[in-house]
Amino acid sequence: MPKDVSSNSASFAASPEAIASQLASASYIADDGLATAIFLAIRLGKPLLLEGTPGVGKTEAAKAVAEALGRSLVRLQCYEGIDAAHALYEWNYQRQLLAIRQAGKREIDIYEDRFLIARPLLQVLRAPNDSLLLVDEIDRSDHEFEAVLLEFLSDFQISIPERGTVRAAAQPLVILTSNRTRDLAEALRRRCVYHWIAYPEPAREAAIILLRAPEVAESTARAVASAVRNIRQRPLAKPPGIAEAVEWANAATVLEKGGSPWPEAFRRAIGVLIKDQEDLSYLAAEIGGIVEEALR
Amino acid sequence: MSTDPIPLMAGQRTSGIQTLPRAAEFLVGFSRLLRRSGYTVALEQTTAFLEAVNLLGPGSMEDIRQAALATLAPSPDRRREFETLFRSYFYGDTGTPAKGEYEGHDQDKTHVKDTGKERIEQTEGLRVEEGGSLSSSTERLTIRTFDAERENEELLRFRRALANALPMRRSFRTVRTNSHGSVDLRRSLRQIVRTDGDIPEPPLRRRQSVARKLLLLIDVSGSMKLHTTDHLKIAHAVVQTAKAAEVFTFGTRLTRITPSLRIRDLDHALSSAASRVDDWDGGTRIGPTLLAFLAVPRFAAFARGAAIVIFSDALERGDHIEMETAIRRLAARSFRLSLCTPLAGDPRFRPETAALGAILPVLDDLVDGSSIIGLTKFILSLGRPVPRAEAVGRRG
Repeated sequence: MPKDVSSNSASFAASPEAIASQLASASYIADDGLATAIFLAIRLGKPLLLEGTPGVGKTEAAKAVAEALGRSLVRLQCYEGIDAAHALYEWNYQRQLLAIRQAGKREIDIYEDRFLIARPLLQVLRAPNDSLLLVDEIDRSDHEFEAVLLEFLSDFQISIPERGTVRAAAQPLVILTSNRTRDLAEALRRRCVYHWIAYPEPAREAAIILLRAPEVAESTARAVASAVRNIRQRPLAKPPGIAEAVEWANAATVLEKGGSPWPEAFRRAIGVLIKDQEDLSYLAAEIGGIVEEALR
Repeated sequence: MSTDPIPLMAGQRTSGIQTLPRAAEFLVGFSRLLRRSGYTVALEQTTAFLEAVNLLGPGSMEDIRQAALATLAPSPDRRREFETLFRSYFYGDTGTPAKGEYEGHDQDKTHVKDTGKERIEQTEGLRVEEGGSLSSSTERLTIRTFDAERENEELLRFRRALANALPMRRSFRTVRTNSHGSVDLRRSLRQIVRTDGDIPEPPLRRRQSVARKLLLLIDVSGSMKLHTTDHLKIAHAVVQTAKAAEVFTFGTRLTRITPSLRIRDLDHALSSAASRVDDWDGGTRIGPTLLAFLAVPRFAAFARGAAIVIFSDALERGDHIEMETAIRRLAARSFRLSLCTPLAGDPRFRPETAALGAILPVLDDLVDGSSIIGLTKFILSLGRPVPRAEAVGRRG
């Protein structure tokens, strides 16, 4: 299959550095590894598989790529029991029935376009140059669906028995994300360009916080990043993700403007960072020290 | 995509392997090294690796490293090992391993072993100790059945019955049915078109029932050594029959042995499992190992909505707070949490140790785990409701 790289994605994917800078203008800070993986996925014409713990910004990365490319994001959220009717296409039976009634004795084709409901995969096939397919949390779907997806990703075509095969004019961009709650099929992994998104180092996390929450002062962002890093090293049931860190910085800033002194503001806003009673009680004794150390 | 001729370094396209440029040969060598080290690397991935290196310049070694990470896709658990291999291959470095980015599992001190598809090199056999001196006085009271033939028959019967005895849940998918369902619009419409608007009996669909996941956690510490073989035999039968089952052993460490138990032959499977586990007959750290289990998101997600059966005497050395936390978290995730303790084989058994007393309120079942027959009977009853463990414990 020809690797059709349309003009806007060609300029977008000139080099990993170009990608990183364009993602930054779409409010997403990517590290070298991620930028390289996106670059390779576009240039090699392969789907991109992003794995990482919840809250490291996998879905955000896909949104940022779509925004930077000026494409619309078509999102397919996976869940246990998702099947072809939810992912590929479905006929609008009610309209078909009505059409048959209205037609009366006349001849009518009930498999016209207007009766076809395009689900995410078909939508992307129809407009491969204007859309980006995000298959979110693929680890939640079951093995059967993985096989359906595998077929789609290798040929980029869908066959509809009543209509024949729909083929993509160009190769669409596909990003898959997984929380790694189970191992994906080896066949799927090897078809994709792979990137594991780790928690960012404090300097990059501070930059992300500043970008996402413009209200927050730079010193606060740096303190939050270092405190969150410290907290993630503890054995918590749910370590805080990047989104939680941003919220924490935001919440603490709001409280501080309302009159709480700094360490106190952080401690009172802890509920947006840690959302598990056991983790809260585990951290209760130490949080003061962690914040003090981070503010220093 | 697969019909594409293999593009090689520097943009040249050839069909024969003998014309590989030397630089490309060197890169291909790396994927060969990975394969020898037990990674699964497809030809497709090697091709993508070469293309990626070509696309990136390569400006520096870092480019090659990034290309390797993106295309050869080492699993995050083996990332550090991968970095070490990369350094030793491309830099000739044999020193300390480079620090990988992903060290999530190191947060917990308990060692988690999940080698996945890695080759097994150790050949240490399973230490079966029959009739050895017992480690504690409580265990001498346990009733055991030694009738091997009867046990084998029981295991066979168990395997046949298990598929239909697992607890079920309603799936999101639908299946055709003749009664009790909603109208299947797709098929109805086809019938209407075929019969010119008549539909004598609309076809129906209803939501499918699927078996729940089954998670077995086997205690292999010293105090359980009389029963470990029995438990592994049951686990083997479960993995062979149930569609979604996982088996872990714990003592001082946590080890995933499901891949070993997928081997059909029982003896072969058991010896393969034995070589995976490093902590046979060692000490007991139930709390920390179960917490380590929950700390791995992949494992913790498997426990959600699953029927969890723990084979353990729940005799924790020292403080039992961690065990209590771990059991409570497991109970909160599971569909049903059962503890099978061999101690309950004694009719005089009462759940009175501090640790057992603390976890009793969250357990769904507390049953006798001293014989294969009792255990298989219990697992077959998992799909049926029973009174809470606490209520059973108070009885008599």
